Amino acid sequence: MQPTDTRDPDYYHRVVDCQWACPAHTNVPEYIRLIAQGKYTESYMLNRRSNVFPGILGRTCDRPCEPACRRGRVEEKPVAICRLKRVAADLKGEVDHLLPTAPAEKNGKRVALIGAGPASLTVANDLMPLGYQCTIFEALPKPGGLMRTNIPAFRLPAEVLDTEIDYILRMGVEVRYDHRVESMRALLEDGGFDAVFVGTGAPKGKELDLPGRREGAANIHIGIEWLEAVHFGHVERIGERVLVIGVGNTAMDCCRSSKRLGGKDVKVMARRTRPHFKASPWELEDAEEELVEILENHSPAEFLIEDGKLVGMRFELVEWYEDESGRQRSRTVGRKDIPCDDVILAIGQDNAFPWIERDIGIEFDEWGLMKVDKKTFMTTREGVFVGGDAAWGPENIIWAVEHGHQAAISIHRHCQGKPLTDRPPNALELTSSKMGLHEWSYASSYNPKPRVKMTHVDLAARLREFSLEVELGFDPDQTALEVRRCLNCDIQTEFTAKSCIECDACIDICPTSCLTMVENAEEPALRKRLTVPADNLTQPLYVSAPLPQTKRVMVKDEDVCVHCGLCAERCPTSAWDMAKMDLKIPHAK
Amino acid sequence: MTFVKPAVHHKRLEKNALGLTVRDYEGALSTLCAGCGHDSVTAAIIQAFWHLSIAPHRVVKLSGIGCSSKTPTYFLREAHGFNSVHGRMPSVATGANAANRELLYVGISGDGDSLSIGLGQFCHAIRRNVNLTYILENNGVYGLTKGQFSASADVGSKAKRGEENRQQPIDPVMLALTLGATFVARSFSGDKAQLVPILEAAFKHQGFALVDVISPCVTFNDHVGSTKSYMYTREHYRELVEADLVPLRKPIEADGARAATTQVRMHDGSLVTLRGTEPGYDPTDRDRVYMRLREIAKAGEIATGLLYVEEGGADMHEMSATTETPLVEVPFEELCPGAAALDKLMSQFR
Repeated sequence: MQPTDTRDPDYYHRVVDCQWACPAHTNVPEYIRLIAQGKYTESYMLNRRSNVFPGILGRTCDRPCEPACRRGRVEEKPVAICRLKRVAADLKGEVDHLLPTAPAEKNGKRVALIGAGPASLTVANDLMPLGYQCTIFEALPKPGGLMRTNIPAFRLPAEVLDTEIDYILRMGVEVRYDHRVESMRALLEDGGFDAVFVGTGAPKGKELDLPGRREGAANIHIGIEWLEAVHFGHVERIGERVLVIGVGNTAMDCCRSSKRLGGKDVKVMARRTRPHFKASPWELEDAEEELVEILENHSPAEFLIEDGKLVGMRFELVEWYEDESGRQRSRTVGRKDIPCDDVILAIGQDNAFPWIERDIGIEFDEWGLMKVDKKTFMTTREGVFVGGDAAWGPENIIWAVEHGHQAAISIHRHCQGKPLTDRPPNALELTSSKMGLHEWSYASSYNPKPRVKMTHVDLAARLREFSLEVELGFDPDQTALEVRRCLNCDIQTEFTAKSCIECDACIDICPTSCLTMVENAEEPALRKRLTVPADNLTQPLYVSAPLPQTKRVMVKDEDVCVHCGLCAERCPTSAWDMAKMDLKIPHAK
Repeated sequence: MTFVKPAVHHKRLEKNALGLTVRDYEGALSTLCAGCGHDSVTAAIIQAFWHLSIAPHRVVKLSGIGCSSKTPTYFLREAHGFNSVHGRMPSVATGANAANRELLYVGISGDGDSLSIGLGQFCHAIRRNVNLTYILENNGVYGLTKGQFSASADVGSKAKRGEENRQQPIDPVMLALTLGATFVARSFSGDKAQLVPILEAAFKHQGFALVDVISPCVTFNDHVGSTKSYMYTREHYRELVEADLVPLRKPIEADGARAATTQVRMHDGSLVTLRGTEPGYDPTDRDRVYMRLREIAKAGEIATGLLYVEEGGADMHEMSATTETPLVEVPFEELCPGAAALDKLMSQFR
């Protein structure tokens, strides 16, 4: 193998699994260290730089970082990254003076943002400080988009939402509430905007067209519409027996909301088996804790109607097998009728763009989505950008935020007449964390404590009061334990081959057997040759330049390195160093 | 500073026949200088014990004084241990072995502990053929007292501040050969591929096994001009015999590519395969080994490998015709039959 180029910012970035997995590349280890030092405000601001809504995301994020967390490969469970984010938001001090501000003198460019969800808000957050005049068009009377209408208050209190949205709007963003954009053509021709950003989400719940759907309509609800109606107080009750169809995160919000609105016997009906559920494992657990029953292998067949009223649902019982091509297929093995008073459909969301004319240069694909450039987020019409769920269908908030950042870069370049594809690169800075002999500027020792469990409010209390937040958040003691579980993956093991005397000290001391000095070979052979064979192909190998004395190479399997710094402590020539990585991820500027 | 090596380990770490990982054979975290050859020897000892699936509590580790003699702390935390007086490890080992012949004895010493203050003890342990693996961590200096030349320093080797050594070195390998040692090996801390199989064979050897390990002192003897530095050792290293241990009950696979020159069956039935790297070298012919080693030393090279082995010789217990039952297991009344029995014995000599 060729020596690894650690100057390529992507190499060390990949080592920080959480940051690499986060769509917005939040600097997780650094914000956890700041929390550990009690610097909640600084931690919050560092978070905000990349993910814009730490308080919101600290409660609702889909957490792509946690399954990626190295700790999950080293022991059982990943660091509670998401809940630590919430700690920073909960305990932060005054931040007003630290927030971005808009200059009094504008740059003369006007940007229209359609929909006041996380994508549009992020664009405004990035462009307002540069002197843009941003106008948000929002169909509803309040900002936030699906963050507000689809996430029940017991998971995300309104104050948190209001505060973090206000940090952006207070820069002087113009918001036109109750203003649904009905014609893109009109906006483009008469609006006088230099750029338009579409952040309208995927606001249309999927329909389930089965016999009885029309007759039972009064008691059959579309999940996201029903959640919105609950949010605005249009719906206050639901029947005692509720069936929720679908097993994504929206289904979890629907079933848990039902429990609070009079539902006693609430069942989530899934076609597939648990490993294939779309909902995050923790959301499933939270629902089950509230005594929601989740049934596998039930495929909806018919709404049962008596005297014009919904009385239940018929399901086909299925079992799954693998066909010759290895694909999962189902066969029907029986039928079952389950009585119910209400059905909520939570089987997915669609995009809807009836308001965008098809002859104005914005091309659509066969699924009714706009053709959007994956890098620049621009449509086929110059100056029209898309992000969030509106771009490629339903994702989650953190993706919308990252789309917003990227679109903001594009809009800024577009307004300056610069090419959009020529984007600012990531930059890498490495600083030794050596403070003295065997002293590091980070807590290097491995803490074997298991993941701290989130405390929830009492079941009876939460079902009594709809908007009572279920999760209490970590208290200072819990926080102190959890922060020490972070492995500091951003403190990189930096190797200088020409200093190595091949004494084996690093290899002998490494607690997780990551290091090997070995004759070089091609990657597959090299992976087999290591102290512990590097079977996890998703994790890269570091390969040094040939070593001075024997011309072997130093190979490090990045898979389970706990960044304890022992290799560097035991290295007599400082060929190993623990160097703190600062990845500079550019935003619009 | 880290004082404890974290217990966390790789989930896919291999387990031996006892269900233990190599991490289970470790001891405390070393406080020797970073990069010390001795730590690497420690790691090799750990690997050898693990690989042979030897239960740590069946091992006795002994040492004298010196940097080398600290190392028993760093492996097999569940083994029995004894840190003895300077140069007196062999007599303590002899006594322990006399009391319980069923444990596995490994003594760790250095060039000062063995070749200066403990030279007499070293020689007599060889004479008695105590069933003991004697690992001599050899770095040519007194590291613990800041780098004076030791008795193994070569003529012409330079100290850190430039002075040359003029006194003749004592070569423990040559000494052991002349004293009739039945297992003589030399290796290098920076070559575990060689060292680990040698240690395994030494543990299996019935009798005294000397393993002289060039183990560079990274602080006081790893500079240009030193003949015991990492660089010098690597440049002047000549492997005479490759050793492989095939433990008992493991099928012996023929390695067609490299013809085995000699196979030695160890006391417990396991087999050591020795491959000479030059024609005519016979690791069972003491005289010719001695001659060849002198030639190599004269040429300024360092001969390594399992240089000489003679299995089947009588060890201390056989020579003394002691009981098969370890003395610790003989009931006290039998071991110490009382004054009357003593009188009776004494009367036989009057």
